[in-house]
Amino acid sequence: MELLAQLPQNLVSGLLLGGMYALIGVGLALVFGVMDIVNLAHGAFLMVGMYTTYLLVNHLGLDPYLGILVSGPILFVLGMLIQRLVIKRIATASHMNQILLTVGLSMVLVNTAQLLFTADYRQIRTSYAETVIRIGSVSMNLAYIISFFLAVAITVGLYLYLMKSEFGRALRATSQDIHAAQLMGVNVQNVQMTAFGLGMALAGAAGALLTPVYYLYPTVGENFGLKAFTMVVLGGMGSVVGAALGGVTLALAESLGQIFVGHELKDAIGFFVFILVLLFKPEGLFGRARA
Amino acid sequence: MSKVKELILPVLLAVAVLAVPLVIKNPYWLNVLILILVWTSLGTAWNILGGYAGQLSLGHSAFFGLGAYTLAITATRFGWNPWLGIALGILLAVPLSLFIGSITFRLHGPYFVLGTLAIAEVLRLVALAWRSVTNGAVGIMVPRLFMGISRAPFYWFIAAVAIVAVGLTWWIERNKVGYYFTAIREDQETAESIGINTTGYKNLALVISAVISAVTGAFYASFLSYIEPDIVLSEPVSLQMAIVAIIGGRGTVLGPTVGATLLVLASELFRAQFKQAHLLIYGLLLMAAILFLPGGVLGTIQQRLKDRRAARLAATGATFVARKEAS
Repeated sequence: MELLAQLPQNLVSGLLLGGMYALIGVGLALVFGVMDIVNLAHGAFLMVGMYTTYLLVNHLGLDPYLGILVSGPILFVLGMLIQRLVIKRIATASHMNQILLTVGLSMVLVNTAQLLFTADYRQIRTSYAETVIRIGSVSMNLAYIISFFLAVAITVGLYLYLMKSEFGRALRATSQDIHAAQLMGVNVQNVQMTAFGLGMALAGAAGALLTPVYYLYPTVGENFGLKAFTMVVLGGMGSVVGAALGGVTLALAESLGQIFVGHELKDAIGFFVFILVLLFKPEGLFGRARA
Repeated sequence: MSKVKELILPVLLAVAVLAVPLVIKNPYWLNVLILILVWTSLGTAWNILGGYAGQLSLGHSAFFGLGAYTLAITATRFGWNPWLGIALGILLAVPLSLFIGSITFRLHGPYFVLGTLAIAEVLRLVALAWRSVTNGAVGIMVPRLFMGISRAPFYWFIAAVAIVAVGLTWWIERNKVGYYFTAIREDQETAESIGINTTGYKNLALVISAVISAVTGAFYASFLSYIEPDIVLSEPVSLQMAIVAIIGGRGTVLGPTVGATLLVLASELFRAQFKQAHLLIYGLLLMAAILFLPGGVLGTIQQRLKDRRAARLAATGATFVARKEAS
């Protein structure tokens, strides 16, 4: 049966992609789930991370995976700046205004990239991308494997940091009850700025990991941005672990689903899942409900 | 009597708008004016649902694309008269909007917005994949509604659509429906508790808004004479509809008209200099509007006038007002 033959390959590809989705979802979970800011510019930040990596590889001859060390911090600082200058002003505004503001921000980032790099599809060449590892009938691209493990490492590292560090405690306190946290001496302004910066740094890191395995073009983030919401919603709002699991689930659903609906409608699966979860399981698959 | 008086100015304005092609013959400017009217219609359509009823949809490209594709497919595959295609587009917009409403109106706040976005995106992907009907990314050549080289008939058609849309908004604002819409926008639970059928009125706003979007979509397809999913079903269409209304003034009758005029002129101005930069400008304008002019251009002006009138009234003295009211 042909369908069954495809299954192991799609399962493995889905899992590998899931690692990167997890990283994207976790970044949005910090901003949307934890800080309650509806950020539609998440995909655009991912795109900025991809182009940063592209420039590093093409002009400085850097290894794309070392790009994380540069694009992560750049996005961290950019994120904090944007939070201080723009997002902070609407932190308490209606969700509608937050959405519209981040849509505007995303348009600015995407179209700046379009002016700088044109709309052409670009790709970086690495030795990993041409190395293929075969196990039985399943073949895996080395670049995908490296990206997967780095993504998992970053996600786990972030989780531990949030659970063990002083900052992590302050961040969790702020997300639970901002006023109580403030009374307990937490500098919530700094926490919110850092959390936004961190969320963007994760988007940047995910962008760097995607660059060796994906094409880049200015609107590349649009799809990932909306999918990131799917991951966060799947995982249950406000849960970083949930968002990571949501990312893996979505990637698996897409790669297994495309056996049935075809490659072209692969992206529609994510949106379809998104709507179904919102309608029938709004508390998410892995989380508790948040008001 | 006062009702008739109230109508004089709007009717004069409408006649003036319709008379424009008699004065302006330059095809470039006629094209720009047609684009302004297209976005006026779309922004006004969005405004009824997003501005008055407060349901921020970022998926209106679904209805615009439906109108465009219905005309294109019926004309090229079945050889229908394009006018019949427009009529069918209008008819289909009703069930499609009710279907989308039945899903998205169960969602609230940001989830409603994301839900509308997701549904429109699914439709775009389906249109891309369903090549036997839509030609996919290759697109469809659409027959023109009006023969001849003159742009004027196109102008009159879309001017009529815009006038009906703005006129309808004007009427809605002055009637019970408008008050219900506003009540739902301001506080849905309270609106529900005083007996307003909130779902029913939200659906009404959506249907009106969808029908106007579909007509405009069909017109636009025939005006461009070519469509493909990324032109008529893409996220930028939905975004621009919202942006036109927000920059002009959400929940005001002429806000979208002001927004469309400003944005189309700005984009013509910038398009000449840098090719794609007009979307960059839109993004900056949108951010500036949210941060500094949350009421939009017209909304802010109206608020200023109201404040000034209130201040003047207070200055004239309460006693004077009281005496005047008594007499």
